[in-house]
Amino acid sequence: MTMGEQARGRAPRVYSGLPRWLFVPAALGATLVVLPLFALTTRLDWTRFFELITSDSSMAALRLSLETSVASTVICIVLGVPLALVLAREQFPGQALVRTLVLLPLVLPPVVGGIALLYTFGRRGLLAPVMDLFGIQIAFSTAAVVIAQSFVALPFLVVSLEGTLRTVGRRYELVAATLGARPSTVLGRITLPLVLPGLVSAAVLSFARALGEFGATLTFAGSLQGVTRTLPLEIYLQRVTDPDAAIALSLVLIAVAVAVTLVTARISDRAIG
Amino acid sequence: MSLQFSATLARRHFDAELQVADGERVAVLGHNGSGKSTLLNILAGTLRPDSGTASLDGTRLFDLNAGHRHWLAPHARGISLMAQDPLLFPHLSVIENVAFGPRVTGASKSQAYAKAEEWLEQVGVTEFAQRRPSQLSGGQAQRVAIARALAAEPKLLLLDEPMAALDVAVAPLLRRVLGRLLQHQATVVVTHDLLDALLLSERIIVFDQGRVAESGPTDEVLRHPRTRFTARIAGLNLVRGRYADGGVRTDTGLVVQGTHRDDEVPGAGEPAAAVFAPAAVSIFAHPPEGSPRNSLPVTIIELEPRGDLVRVRGDDHHGHSLAADVTPLSVAELDLYPGREVTYSLKAAAVTIYPL
Repeated sequence: MTMGEQARGRAPRVYSGLPRWLFVPAALGATLVVLPLFALTTRLDWTRFFELITSDSSMAALRLSLETSVASTVICIVLGVPLALVLAREQFPGQALVRTLVLLPLVLPPVVGGIALLYTFGRRGLLAPVMDLFGIQIAFSTAAVVIAQSFVALPFLVVSLEGTLRTVGRRYELVAATLGARPSTVLGRITLPLVLPGLVSAAVLSFARALGEFGATLTFAGSLQGVTRTLPLEIYLQRVTDPDAAIALSLVLIAVAVAVTLVTARISDRAIG
Repeated sequence: MSLQFSATLARRHFDAELQVADGERVAVLGHNGSGKSTLLNILAGTLRPDSGTASLDGTRLFDLNAGHRHWLAPHARGISLMAQDPLLFPHLSVIENVAFGPRVTGASKSQAYAKAEEWLEQVGVTEFAQRRPSQLSGGQAQRVAIARALAAEPKLLLLDEPMAALDVAVAPLLRRVLGRLLQHQATVVVTHDLLDALLLSERIIVFDQGRVAESGPTDEVLRHPRTRFTARIAGLNLVRGRYADGGVRTDTGLVVQGTHRDDEVPGAGEPAAAVFAPAAVSIFAHPPEGSPRNSLPVTIIELEPRGDLVRVRGDDHHGHSLAADVTPLSVAELDLYPGREVTYSLKAAAVTIYPL
């Protein structure tokens, strides 16, 4: 066998050094995640699948979900990229506290986030006097959905991008500066291109989080068809009245989530390569 | 005078002052942690000193003395930095890397590319213009980094150990390229390497513990080192003491006999230095008797291969670590090993003595 043939063959097996019993809990862990997804597909009425996901209420929910998730992803990028840059590159007093607070929605129950948003943007919230002045009503509107999704999704983008920025480091930026590039030029021509793969995967992550948002949306935005009733809310409602529709819509969400995960993995693989 | 610089930074124990003349090339030598990197970072504008002032070609870089708070950002200084790692922007092609400096300082795209091509030709890598940095070898990448730094037309170029990361086979060629291109470029080069200092500088500044310990014309400093660090860089052994009867006597009583030039006569009892090359030393298992030569009893500290020779480091019990270069055959015949007591022997004619 020549070297070329060997190189094209299967990767050689390398001794992993793992104890055999470890495969039992590992398999159980995988089952815990995969089995319920499988169970869902067994209960699906495939003959009515297309009809179920194209009903008026389903289509309205799907459209609303996509529109609001795209909008909140844009907000996450516009606000999250600068936030990640400041956290990764600057040093200021209270930085650790700011980071902890900003990342809080990652671990906070979404319903708590929804209540917090209600007391910020709601009719009697913290910003109510300002909003009354301009005649703005946010709670229980589509804007509220976007705010709720941005609230829960922003930390995903920030924590992921901050990690990428730290990995890339400051050295290229410093070289660019000593070559005469102003800070905005360095940001646009060096920093952002270098972290672009990380930024894309961070944005995809926050899009996925926004798409699945339920608790904060329900609390802060309510459930009005075509206005605030996103796909997860629709699924929750249909679960009682039409379980088949709920299952079909769940599968749509799962398909989107799988696609998102695959794309993200592909991008981060390429970034590493 | 092109560069005037003085700065202090307490947290790094840095307190130094230096000047670089128009077009002058200065080599900065020093141990790790002696303040060389701090100097480069303060000059480049990536580190802010506690106090001090600096100006370059009449432009004030910073003025932090007596309540002033003037500070120029790195991009506005006209100072390029080239490190031992080429740090080519990985998402840009070779020519885009070199054109980066001219482009961001206002040149049109065609001007910037024309200039980049010129510099790529100067460093001899035109054929790689369209490649990505990841497709270059270490030496090629460092050539591109030189072109990129020079295409920005810096008033002052900072080189941080530019050869340290390169193969021994590649470094000499690159050193020649740098020597040719930097002839009239004001440069501060930080290095550990004697050849870098000799070929890339007219003047040497030796840093020690954040301060300038020694400074002068390159050949002068290397020929007549005043500190042991400089002597070590220059590849020489240095013994400091006072001049007495044709030799240098240390406070502890060690005497090294030598010769001095007619125009460098040390006064009797005045501070003087004796230097000698490791190659001038012979090693004996027992002190040779009735010899007119210097005999220095030492304990061997370490043996280190150096090309065809072995460098022996010996402790002379007077606080010096003295080097001797011998053949591997002698090492075997004399059975040399760390801890063994031997005698270094060298002719007085091989020792140069000069006043300090």
